[in-house]
Amino acid sequence: MKDTLILGIESSCDETAAAVVKNGREVLSDVISSQIALHTQYGGVVPELASRKHIENINTVIRSAMAEAGTRWEDIDAIGVTYGPGLVGALLVGVAEAKALAFALGKPLVGVNHIEGHVCASLIEHPDLEPPFLCLIVSGGHTYLAVMKDFGKFQILGATRDDAAGEAFDKVARAIGLGYPGGPKIEKAARSGNPQAFAIPRGKVDGSAYDFSFSGMKSAALNEINRLKMQNLPVVQEDFAASFQAAVVDVLVSHAMRAAADLGQKRLVMAGGVAANGALRAALGEACEKAGIKFCFPSPIFCTDNAAMIGVAAYYHYIRGERSDWSLNAVPNLRLSRES
Amino acid sequence: MIVIGIESSSLVASAAILQDDVLTAEYTVNYKKTHSQTLLPMIDEIVRMTELDLHEIDGIAVAEGPGSFTGLRIGAATAKGIGLALEKPIVAVPTVDAMAYQLYGCAHLICPIMDAKRQQVYTGIYRFTENFEVLRPACALPVKELAEDLLAREGKVVFLGDGVPVFRHTLKEMLGDRALFAPAPSARQRAGAVAALGMTYLKEGRTVSADDFAPNYHRISQAERERAKRLEAERGHHE
Repeated sequence: MKDTLILGIESSCDETAAAVVKNGREVLSDVISSQIALHTQYGGVVPELASRKHIENINTVIRSAMAEAGTRWEDIDAIGVTYGPGLVGALLVGVAEAKALAFALGKPLVGVNHIEGHVCASLIEHPDLEPPFLCLIVSGGHTYLAVMKDFGKFQILGATRDDAAGEAFDKVARAIGLGYPGGPKIEKAARSGNPQAFAIPRGKVDGSAYDFSFSGMKSAALNEINRLKMQNLPVVQEDFAASFQAAVVDVLVSHAMRAAADLGQKRLVMAGGVAANGALRAALGEACEKAGIKFCFPSPIFCTDNAAMIGVAAYYHYIRGERSDWSLNAVPNLRLSRES
Repeated sequence: MIVIGIESSSLVASAAILQDDVLTAEYTVNYKKTHSQTLLPMIDEIVRMTELDLHEIDGIAVAEGPGSFTGLRIGAATAKGIGLALEKPIVAVPTVDAMAYQLYGCAHLICPIMDAKRQQVYTGIYRFTENFEVLRPACALPVKELAEDLLAREGKVVFLGDGVPVFRHTLKEMLGDRALFAPAPSARQRAGAVAALGMTYLKEGRTVSADDFAPNYHRISQAERERAKRLEAERGHHE
């Protein structure tokens, strides 16, 4: 059978990325142009600057992905692009570029939900993995607990009511002087800290077993920092980072395990930037082993925003005959489709 | 020679096909800003209606700015995508130059003004003598400063662009009878003018690769402006 090659394009936040994926599983190239150095100067992602960088870099990134894969335009079967959720100005660059490219090449276009892309990242390194499965999606912008029933079909069990897990990491990291990006910095500091040094409450949402609330945990942490500062007591970064991380990990693990038990799910897939967190991986891994649940998560390179995962998701929609037309627009608050 | 023109710097979305000196198609919509949804379907439509084989085009002329940052990027990404797919060069045309070019042969000074908010306009000053002359290249200016520049020059001035409804009163007040306003067919951006001016650039070899092209915003972002201010304040503090 002929191979199917998808060019994936991703520009939803601060990474400009392109990748060529074969048959939905094999990554022939995966090029990411990161803007972290630029945004670090501002303490976070500046949407206008991100959009400006995307338009400067996008052609070079796509060209590199094609060259690394050794692919010619005529070999590409379809172009997949993230159309949401994300920063609208950033998304628009990838969407307009992908549409023009597909139009001029006469190739089909497939719009991809960025969150579904993250979930699909695990398919790259787990060749036998197929939906349905339970998934925990944790990133700077999103926190979801869902059952992926099929491609494009998610049963959402829980979501954050306020901050995303990664967002809470960023805010606490800033407050204890670790800076941006918060997630990796918290994890590094936490390695030499005492997770029991500070009592951080575990956030709960009344009446909803699977929803998350990280804002209360973050506020409690910020209050504790202020209290220490007022009393001229030192905030030991390592201990604080370890305590906060342990609290977030606890909540994520307990919610995921409860959902797995309640629904009898035997497979858990973790996705998103925060899925790169070693403490979370270890804790979930341990809990899954105890419960006899098969646990999958992507390598760190496929946890961060990348276009390989977009290529994978696009492939499965493409082979189902799904197409986007030339009016495809960026949808900054795009949701995972609900199927309950 | 065939050039595709793309204009999405303001509320107007416009696409054109210029074949030698014939504008075979132009599609302009000045209704709600949904360029992301409308621009490529418009290009697709005129390409099909003129039975154009895209491989035959010589370049893509695009309004490079100034203008709405997002609008410029939609046009830029569209041009870059087509350029990348077909290995065609991009011709970067200053938005306001193309607007002035719509009044070819006009005996007065030509002054496109786009509302840049904060009492500023994106503008430029142009004149036709034997050639199309750029007296003041594209820039962002307080509207009062523009009027003062024009007061120091001679002759009537034809204004056009979406800055006209915003600043008509101010300009009339400062320039009196010297201020004229272009009628509707030439009052807003049109991709036909971008393509036409672009073709003259293309013939002169003034092109940029699709990989290298990026909009010319004529304005740094708010975050950069605030950061520069903060750094300056800190420097002052240390002295």
